[in-house]
Amino acid sequence: MYNKIFDRKVDDIGLQTGIDRLTPEKIEKTVNEVFSGETGAKLKVYHDTCVRCGLCASACHYYVSHDNDPSYSPAGKVTQTISILLDKKGKVGPDFIYQCAQIAYTECNLCRRCVHYCPLGIDTGYMMSVVRRICHKLGVTPQYLQDTAHSHSATMNQMWVKDDEWTDSLLWQEEEARDEFPDMRIPLDKDGADVYYSVIGPEPKFRTHLIYQAGAILHEAGVNWTMPSMPGWDNSDMAMYSGDFEMMGRLKRIHFESAQKLHSKKIVMGECGHAFRSVYDQGNRWLGWKDYPVEVVHSIEFFAHLLKTGKIKMAEKFPGPVTIHDPCNVIRGRGLMNELRYVVSEICESYIEMQPNAEHNFCCAAGGGVINCGPPFKNVRMDGNRAKADQLRAAAEQGVKTVIAPCHNCHGGLEDIIEHYELGLDLKFLGDIIYANMVKTKAVEE
Amino acid sequence: MQNTNGWNWEPGRRKETFSDCEQGSEWLEEWHVSPDGEKVACVACTAPAEFAMCVNGKLGETVYEKIICPRFDQDGKLAAYVSQDMEWFVYVDGETWEEGYGFAWDLKSAGGHVATAVQQDMRYGMAVDGKLWDNLFENGNNFCLSPDGSRTAAAVQVEPMGQAEIYKFQDGVFSLAVDGEAIGDLVMNVYNPTFSPDSKSVACEVRTSLYEYSIAVDGKKWGTSYNGVWAPAFNPVSGAVVAPVRIGGKWGLAENNNIIWQPKYTQLWKQRFTAQGDIWAVCSPSYGEFTLVKNDAPWSVSAAVVYDVAVSPDGQRAAAVARGHDRRYKVMIDNKFWPGSFEMIWRPVFSADSANCAARVDMGSKQTIMVNGKAFGEEFDQCFEPAFSPDSSKVLIKARNGKEYIRIVADVSEFK
Ligand code: SF4
Ligand code: SF4
Ligand code: SF4
Repeated sequence: MYNKIFDRKVDDIGLQTGIDRLTPEKIEKTVNEVFSGETGAKLKVYHDTCVRCGLCASACHYYVSHDNDPSYSPAGKVTQTISILLDKKGKVGPDFIYQCAQIAYTECNLCRRCVHYCPLGIDTGYMMSVVRRICHKLGVTPQYLQDTAHSHSATMNQMWVKDDEWTDSLLWQEEEARDEFPDMRIPLDKDGADVYYSVIGPEPKFRTHLIYQAGAILHEAGVNWTMPSMPGWDNSDMAMYSGDFEMMGRLKRIHFESAQKLHSKKIVMGECGHAFRSVYDQGNRWLGWKDYPVEVVHSIEFFAHLLKTGKIKMAEKFPGPVTIHDPCNVIRGRGLMNELRYVVSEICESYIEMQPNAEHNFCCAAGGGVINCGPPFKNVRMDGNRAKADQLRAAAEQGVKTVIAPCHNCHGGLEDIIEHYELGLDLKFLGDIIYANMVKTKAVEE
Repeated sequence: MQNTNGWNWEPGRRKETFSDCEQGSEWLEEWHVSPDGEKVACVACTAPAEFAMCVNGKLGETVYEKIICPRFDQDGKLAAYVSQDMEWFVYVDGETWEEGYGFAWDLKSAGGHVATAVQQDMRYGMAVDGKLWDNLFENGNNFCLSPDGSRTAAAVQVEPMGQAEIYKFQDGVFSLAVDGEAIGDLVMNVYNPTFSPDSKSVACEVRTSLYEYSIAVDGKKWGTSYNGVWAPAFNPVSGAVVAPVRIGGKWGLAENNNIIWQPKYTQLWKQRFTAQGDIWAVCSPSYGEFTLVKNDAPWSVSAAVVYDVAVSPDGQRAAAVARGHDRRYKVMIDNKFWPGSFEMIWRPVFSADSANCAARVDMGSKQTIMVNGKAFGEEFDQCFEPAFSPDSSKVLIKARNGKEYIRIVADVSEFK
């Protein structure tokens, strides 16, 4: 196994420089510190109870996409990484850490599909997170992923957006929107609003139209809402994925405190999967909150609410059929599959289910920070997710032209898959369709 | 503590409808009410891409392309950012600073001074009362103004950095800047600078490696690094600096790098001193439970979330906003809760004699003021921050019902 994996070693400055600086002593010390101080009984139970039955294998898109190569199966990834760290009590060399990092950061999306297929409920995603935690503490992280974690630490957002650039992009979108909705606002720092709207770093940087669209929907629905002028607006979290839990905590603290400072009743998050996981499961808990300290609603739920209460009406439905990509973090992680289908059925003429779907859906291979590992690992995602291409192609063969994916990362991943496998499909957020086809009572007549 | 001397404490109520602005405007934005309740301000859109400040119904004469983030400071000054001809200016009580900037944000005021973060020609720094730092930097954030308003500090990026230059970043490109001068070593990150009560010293959090954090005072790092630290605070009596530090997964409190509260808390933050040198903070004694702690002795009541802490002027009492496990908000005070739970609560306010405490609460569609756990018998569409008279016997209620502004001076005994 050890050699097999290095057949597929990918060069990355972050991983290489990281291991060049390691000594066996530092590895041993760090590994054992994490095992004794941070992992508790859970890891040991998982490690000790796996019966190598292999039922988890077909759950993993990497395994399926690599013609059932066992080294890509969940249990296979465990035996090539954490099992050895545990068995050897951290007495391994730097090359082995490179292998661990490559597997944990780039060959597992922490999508947790495998958990559902393991008769013993073993969470391989959790074990890969532990490997990542160790690698972070050893300074062995893929360059581009580390860069986003640095951005988080320096600016509290994922994209090196400076304080002024944030507000400036909101004001710009507000101005643009006023051509269509003359009295439309993106209310800044409004105290006591019902909704605090938060987004992820790429929105002000590359996808500003999504802020426009969200603003238009909130405006049309008559929601009492706000956005902050100060850091805390970015709900995303690549530090969680690099294994930098201290930074994850700092990010979630500023996100929630930003909403608390404005006394907003709830945070509505844009269409993102991993950010949701960070606020409702990981970051909040690292800080000691069992629940989220401010109500959090994913935009799938929020759109469902707006449509159900008639606050948003569709002028026409999007011509179908479309298909739905279920993002792991909000579907397996949060159970929003019914809401998602309700929203899609309200806004589209018809949809065809991808197979498998809902909580059984295959990950897009971008999640878990894998897409953030950047260009060196693009082929890892492409080759590792032929399974997704097959799912998409099957839908396309039934007449589907559009895929709806309510998650930023999924968009990034699926775009690449669609292009790489020449599937010719269109990709949309829910907000794209709602904005384009809703009744606009507050807009100027054209 | 707000000085409420000289305010109108005549018992009774005044109602006003400031309708004049409305006639000259396409829309009016949110209301902001001065601490003494004498002024109500909002931004008015007077024509497409034209905005004026509306104060007590009167439109200001100057029209701007934009007005954002208006607010009254503790001294009652109305400040905002206004833009004109692609430049941003600080507006204070009807006047704008002479110099405009590429962008300005994060308005602060203290000791009669107003300060702002500034971007000029894509360089970053701060300006106080219109005077810009001599040096501007590649980037800047975590802006801070000293208690007397004379000094400023921020985290600044001293060295430029290329795309994905992770090792350059890890070697340190950030520093603390005080009054525009970078001080101390370059580090990965600087957070939450804070000045001493006499405005002479400044402490901040520093991150020195991917996983090492410490505190620096006037640019000098503590000798120990920790898994994590939170914002430091100065002891007004001794001048010592205390900060929460994380050791072995638990939080304790360090003073000048010596542990004074053992690391036993799941969470510990927002520590602050009383004038006497006692320390209050928010802590989590066990996972999922939060409360207030004084001098390392946590209260016995707890809630899922605790924040917005107010400490009484005599330092003996404290109150905070608590979110229960039922996701409703309550006032936590004196190791108890006020009766009732709400949709939202704002930071409680103590009277000068420390005997009374008031809070603004939201019941869903209506709001009111509570004093000592008892509600004022009337509800409003919106309330603003309450205040006590200097003799602590009266409460100023500022509220809005529709387009009507209501200023009430009520006796504490009227809350039943
Ligand atoms: S990618 Fe998903 S299915 Fe595969 S091992 Fe990781 S968590 Fe399990
Ligand atoms: S399904 Fe569970 S028990 Fe079986 S090999 Fe996978 S992890 Fe081990
Ligand atoms: S990016 Fe989307 S599909 Fe991929 S792990 Fe995240 S939520 Fe799942």
